Amino acid sequence: MRMSPAPAIRLEGVGRTFGVNAALRGISLEIASGEIVSLVGHSGCGKSTLLRIIAGVETVDTGSVFLAGQVVDGSSRFVEPERRGVGFVFQDYALFPHLSICDNILFGLKSRPRREALATACDIMERVGILHLKDRFPHTLSGGEQQRVALARAIAPKPSVVLLDEPFSNLDQGMRDRVRAEMLSLLRTTGATVVIVTHDSEEALSSGDRVVLMRAGEVAQIGTPRDIYFRPESAYVAEFFCAFNTIPGFWQNGCFETAIGGFALPHAVRRADARRLYVRPQAIRISPNLGEYSGRIEERIFLGACEKVGLRVEGLEELLVAVLDEPLPDSADTVRFSIAPDSLLVF
Amino acid sequence: MRFHSRATGLPAASRTGRSGKAWLLAALLAGLVVVVPVYGLLLEAMKGSAGLWAHLFSTILPVALVDTLILLAGVGCLVALIGTTTAWMVTAYDFPGRRLLEWALLLPLAVPTYIIAYAYLDILHPIGSVQGAIRWVLGYESPRQFRLPDIRSMTGCIVLFGFVLYPYVYIPTRAMFLTQSGNLVDAARTLGVSRRAIFWHVALPMARPAVAIGVALALMETLNDVGAAEFLGVRTMTVSIYTTWITRTDLPGAAQIALALLLIVVALVGLERRARRRQRYMTDARRSRKFLATRVAPLRGMLFFAVGIMPVLLGFVAPFLYLADEAWKRYQFAGLSPRIQDEAVNTIVIATVATVVTMLLGFVVAYAARIRPGIQSTVILRLSVMGYAAPGTVVAIGVLIVLAGFDRFIDQTALDWFGVSTGLLFMGSGAAIIYALTVRFMAISAGGVEVGLSRISLSLDHASRTLGQSSAGTFRHVHLPLSKTALSAAALLVFVDCVKELPATLLLRPLNVETFATHLYGEAARGTYEEASIAALAIVAVSVLPVILLSRVGRNQARSLDEASPR
Repeated sequence: MRMSPAPAIRLEGVGRTFGVNAALRGISLEIASGEIVSLVGHSGCGKSTLLRIIAGVETVDTGSVFLAGQVVDGSSRFVEPERRGVGFVFQDYALFPHLSICDNILFGLKSRPRREALATACDIMERVGILHLKDRFPHTLSGGEQQRVALARAIAPKPSVVLLDEPFSNLDQGMRDRVRAEMLSLLRTTGATVVIVTHDSEEALSSGDRVVLMRAGEVAQIGTPRDIYFRPESAYVAEFFCAFNTIPGFWQNGCFETAIGGFALPHAVRRADARRLYVRPQAIRISPNLGEYSGRIEERIFLGACEKVGLRVEGLEELLVAVLDEPLPDSADTVRFSIAPDSLLVF
Repeated sequence: MRFHSRATGLPAASRTGRSGKAWLLAALLAGLVVVVPVYGLLLEAMKGSAGLWAHLFSTILPVALVDTLILLAGVGCLVALIGTTTAWMVTAYDFPGRRLLEWALLLPLAVPTYIIAYAYLDILHPIGSVQGAIRWVLGYESPRQFRLPDIRSMTGCIVLFGFVLYPYVYIPTRAMFLTQSGNLVDAARTLGVSRRAIFWHVALPMARPAVAIGVALALMETLNDVGAAEFLGVRTMTVSIYTTWITRTDLPGAAQIALALLLIVVALVGLERRARRRQRYMTDARRSRKFLATRVAPLRGMLFFAVGIMPVLLGFVAPFLYLADEAWKRYQFAGLSPRIQDEAVNTIVIATVATVVTMLLGFVVAYAARIRPGIQSTVILRLSVMGYAAPGTVVAIGVLIVLAGFDRFIDQTALDWFGVSTGLLFMGSGAAIIYALTVRFMAISAGGVEVGLSRISLSLDHASRTLGQSSAGTFRHVHLPLSKTALSAAALLVFVDCVKELPATLLLRPLNVETFATHLYGEAARGTYEEASIAALAIVAVSVLPVILLSRVGRNQARSLDEASPR
């Protein structure tokens, strides 16, 4: 994965405290040049603070930050944000209201000759598809347009690192997916190292080459999207990305015993101290008369592409939730179902 | 170099490197400038012997304190009544002339208390035209048979203050009604409260913090007054301070009364702060909808207009017309004397210099709070604005103590070392006035800068920094263009307040230097009515400027609410 000897971003035991609240507790992380990493977690987990620390608009209390092998924040040195060569896309876009779109983009190109700067700005506006907006002012633009301007402005000075703080959260659902796909492919062409902060688990999985899940100022797990989704290292990580059914149980003779029977699990996911079985809603397959288990349907939520069904199963306190791709007949009441063994987890 | 505040145990603020510390230091110095006079006041008051305190408590304080408290209570009730009623009327009801009233009700703000007292003393003089007209109508022949109650009384003082100070209540209360009541009124009506009962059950309880803020500000202004109370024969503590120093040259005594007065001010500030905190919770509502006024029947509408225009007539139109008439007569009689021209120059020079200094210091303090947020800068900001609450006399006595000491020290040093006497360097040069005005009005400049900056999202700062601008560049390219309007508005307010300011100027001006305000005071105190009307008219004319500004702000607010309202 690593292309150059020094990673584009390296964090070493980064800690930050606000008053009595520790926002970050010793974060260590390496991000390779050209990599796209999504930083995900619930609000207040410290992900935005971490992003701002990398940008230099926030400082560390402990630990160090390296950009391209050079220390930019640590006990001995602090590099001002304007000297870090980092592009930042803010959640509220932070477009300068008193400047036209073109001037907003030129803002980061002040050190270059005027003509060259203008050419760069026009080129970037062309690529982002906002050239026709260049003389407008930010408040006259729609959310999606402002988003594009914000990105164009951030990448215009050709920073080696681009940081995005919840960049798509202010867009409505339909537009979000499209804008995100466009932005990501554009970012890939620039070859910049990208860190995207988000609280949306799907966005994190779909955007990043790697995903960093944070919890209360610490890294809960780092991995590729597939890794972190299919092989979570803790119950927290598992539940963050998927609404699991959990069933209490215990190990006996190499089998995880529960109220609805024993499960043999693959070696990779065996944990000796496990207390609960984790079953993905998608792993429950309902059929009218096949399947080892039976349950009564107590709840049905139609979601369009799929249907969520709550099953009352003998011996289980909570409803077992299944997500079905194919609709059940309206009359379905008591059904039989099976559980696909390959995605089961225990914690 | 890095700045860790861990060592101090204070929470580390969001810092952006080197520049932050320099700003903090500058802010600390600016803040000290304001705090030092209070410190001087304390020291001087301590100097007074124990006997002096006893004397103070047995002679001056009982009368002055009681008079001050009665005045405060009276003015407080009156401004709350006028301010809230008018605010509700122009918000909740639609009648012909409402638009006019909305801004006209601000006009009395342009008339300083000492000018309204000066004007009404003559307007309502027993042998003046108004009383004469009343007697003529009623068929009396001489003032001995009939006269209105003497305006030179506590009641007269309260009424006059009430009619020029009520806008302090009107402004925040109306803003509260306008921005907040829309949703709540709808909610209350769906819950079965009648339109009429809404004022008592929803609007008034909700506006209470706004009313409290307004009353507190009006009372601070009342305490600041030295002219009106004296002309009207009310011996407030502020007047006592002035006479204790001017006629008895008893600085420790004046400092002691000033300290006692400061205690009342602290209580008022506490009231204001508490009200603001409560208001913040109330204005937290996500989205406000504009209050829709109900149209009233024509006859009732005329009645409303008549009631609403009363405070404007009494607090602005009558004194203004009187002053304009007197000034015109005087002008035709004698033209503009060199004396009044000198005073114009003095007034403008003093106000301009004071505005520049005040804006600079206020800017430093407020900008530091943005660049380097945290406990330190917040404390400095809060300290540096406290001069606004302190009456001008109190500030003046504090400045007097500090600068007189400084002057003596410089003079003595110069004498010892070079054998030259420098005289009273600060006191004689007018620097003392500038100092006092700065202390008093820093709140306006710092507040104006703070408000201007607070509308600029912090992420704009960060965007600018990550796009290659230093903090100085960020100020030049982002903050300055975006807060220009707020800064010039603040500068205008400071300038006008400096022109109006009487007590500090009166106490600290160099010998034989007169401004419009002190001239007016001098003539009113002597009971002569010569050129003072011209000076008074000039002050009122200048003071109308910020009122126009205020009314425009109000209109913009209303307009933006219109736009924000769901279509």
